[in-house]
Amino acid sequence: MKNKTKAPLFHITKRKMLPWHRRWFIRLIGILLSFVVCAIITMVMTGLNPVEVASSLVYGAFGTPRKCWILGQEVAILLCVALALTPAFRMRFWNLGGEGQILVGGLACAACMILIGDKVPNGLLIFIMLVSSVAAGAAWALLPAICKAKWNTNETLFTLMMNYVGIQLVAYFTIVWEVPKGSGKIGIINQNTNAGWLPQVGPSKYFLNILIVLALTVIIYIYMRYSKHGYEIAVVGESENTARYAGIKVGKVIIRTLLLSGALCGLAGFLLVGGTNHTITTTIAGGRGFTAVMVAWLAKFNPIGMIFSSLLLVFFSQGASEISTAFSLNHSFGDILTGIILFFIIGSEFFINYRIHFRKS
Amino acid sequence: MKRKILSVLTCVGLAVGLLGGTVSAVAADDAAGDFKVGFIMLHDENSTYDLNFINGATEACEKLGIEYSIKTNVPEGQECYDAACELADAGCNAIFADSFGHEDYMIEAAKEFPDVQFCHSTGTKAHTEGLDNYHNAFASIYEGRYLAGVAAGMKLNEMIADGTITEEEAKIGYVGAYTYAEVISGYTSFFLGARSECPSATMEVTFTGSWYDETAEKEGATKLINDGCVLISQHADSMGAPTACEAAGVPDVSYNGSTIAACPNTFIVSSRIDWAPYYEYAITAFMNGENIDADYIGSLQTGSVVLTEINDKAAAAGTVEHVEEVKAALESGDIHVFDTAAFTVEGEELTSYMADVDTDPAYEGDTEVISDGYFHESEYRSAPYFDLQIDGITLLDTAF
Repeated sequence: MKNKTKAPLFHITKRKMLPWHRRWFIRLIGILLSFVVCAIITMVMTGLNPVEVASSLVYGAFGTPRKCWILGQEVAILLCVALALTPAFRMRFWNLGGEGQILVGGLACAACMILIGDKVPNGLLIFIMLVSSVAAGAAWALLPAICKAKWNTNETLFTLMMNYVGIQLVAYFTIVWEVPKGSGKIGIINQNTNAGWLPQVGPSKYFLNILIVLALTVIIYIYMRYSKHGYEIAVVGESENTARYAGIKVGKVIIRTLLLSGALCGLAGFLLVGGTNHTITTTIAGGRGFTAVMVAWLAKFNPIGMIFSSLLLVFFSQGASEISTAFSLNHSFGDILTGIILFFIIGSEFFINYRIHFRKS
Repeated sequence: MKRKILSVLTCVGLAVGLLGGTVSAVAADDAAGDFKVGFIMLHDENSTYDLNFINGATEACEKLGIEYSIKTNVPEGQECYDAACELADAGCNAIFADSFGHEDYMIEAAKEFPDVQFCHSTGTKAHTEGLDNYHNAFASIYEGRYLAGVAAGMKLNEMIADGTITEEEAKIGYVGAYTYAEVISGYTSFFLGARSECPSATMEVTFTGSWYDETAEKEGATKLINDGCVLISQHADSMGAPTACEAAGVPDVSYNGSTIAACPNTFIVSSRIDWAPYYEYAITAFMNGENIDADYIGSLQTGSVVLTEINDKAAAAGTVEHVEEVKAALESGDIHVFDTAAFTVEGEELTSYMADVDTDPAYEGDTEVISDGYFHESEYRSAPYFDLQIDGITLLDTAF
């Protein structure tokens, strides 16, 4: 009797491209909903006023001029790594080796500061540091790129494993250069002479880093959008066969693009070691090689969009520190809130691309 | 309906928040004066190392009734400088950091804020840096280690008397972190304490290359046990070594706090530094407008070096009483931990040693530390600098 198949409760269809205001409307709803969920979780789990927690979050990121500069510096470094990954990702070459490329870049920079810090004039030293960082980062990406171009090896695994080699290399040199003996720490390099420290430009120590990365953002935007190289990258990403048919040398494009990608990661290492930390540790990259993947994806590989996506992630991580200090909450609580908000932001992309039809009762 | 629920929830939230806000505002009025201190911690309360500092900080500040703020999970990099400057911006009069790698960044901040006091535990540079507002602190933890070693030596004697082991088999195992002076000073004082009770005791040391690595510490302890060590102690901070001992039924002397809850059958005793006396001393001095020395060294007398309760189930009979006697002798100066008559280096008794007290990249020995028949540990700076390899201790690996 009941052989009539029931229509499912809902089904999903692909939408046509929505106009920009509809897309942003959906994203706005997603963000607002995430705030509501965060507020409920905050109340239930901590008994704190969500509005106070939220304002503390904002204070942690923008509360004082110093906090703003720190925010800017963190955004700059994260953005630099995301910009580095973008050309490779556009080519569908999944460079997950950012972490290692930053580390060897930083290591090369630290090596110059330690070994020739007192032997050459400062301007020349900084130039040598820059060149060696960029070269080290590029070399770290070159190896997986050559293997991909020649033998089509899996770049995801290869670049990932290069991270661990990079970490161990830094760990080794940390023991070689440690001060005092046995401490496992190099400490600030040239603390008394400041040799190899990037000069302070403008109002803050972090201003120069921010300027450099802003310039880089524009350059990468132009490179990807208007240059012949950028076009070749896009074609190889779409289809290697099409690229070959069009006369593009795929192997050459892969290697060239990865050299760029690694070089820019090396630059991030240079900015971290020469510009701010003035030391090298195995944790100096701080997971940025992976966080930058998210920054790039959230902005759909648009360099200008990445300014905002990196700002979003850094905003939450700086805010989370403030929450843990102000309310004696564990740092993880801030991470939980960040996770919820990201979940909704990424989730809203689903509703931009698909439509849900409910069963008509 | 959904909207209604949401709006009700939001209202409740706001109401709770407003109440909470008023309560905290009242509490703030109790704070004495406008003196404020800040603390920078490497990890949070989940790390035994940092928990020990957080407890000390909270205890001292509550006792003095002053406003304080604790920043946790601050890495040993520029983040530490940023955190210190932010605390100074927020009006802190004194700022304390807890991890060795914070030192250089605290010095950078101290140069920038000459009117704020910066104090750093475990660091080595205050006495050479020449900054009035930068200070180091440590405690004579080697005395605590020595006492814990006495308890260990008594346990070995008990095992020999039982017939469980022979005199030659009285081998101790030690899980260290790095071949750093603090670690060397720690295991040597522990060993000297044990050998003062059990003259045939020897020791093997392995290093993990990390201050906190539960797996490596567990593996290290297991390796030592398989190598014939009949008693284990450790410098590294995790539960790795204690739990390996409990599983193997080998007695363990732990560090930084009691591990009796997880190891009821094997835990003997643990030594640790109590930071509250130092924090109280330094903050009180700053509040009175006085400065403190470049280095502060806490001791048994100041209450900075403490032993946990001794576990009767694992310790030898009479341990509590005997440890008290030795403690009194250490306090009175009747015995010295690093008495040069108690140890030899390559078969020779030492009469002179230049230690690397002033930190430099060449590790140059710069200060004569042996006089009056003993090695003067933690007197020329607060952080330990005893880095001699004494006879009777075998290092299994020195890669770190």
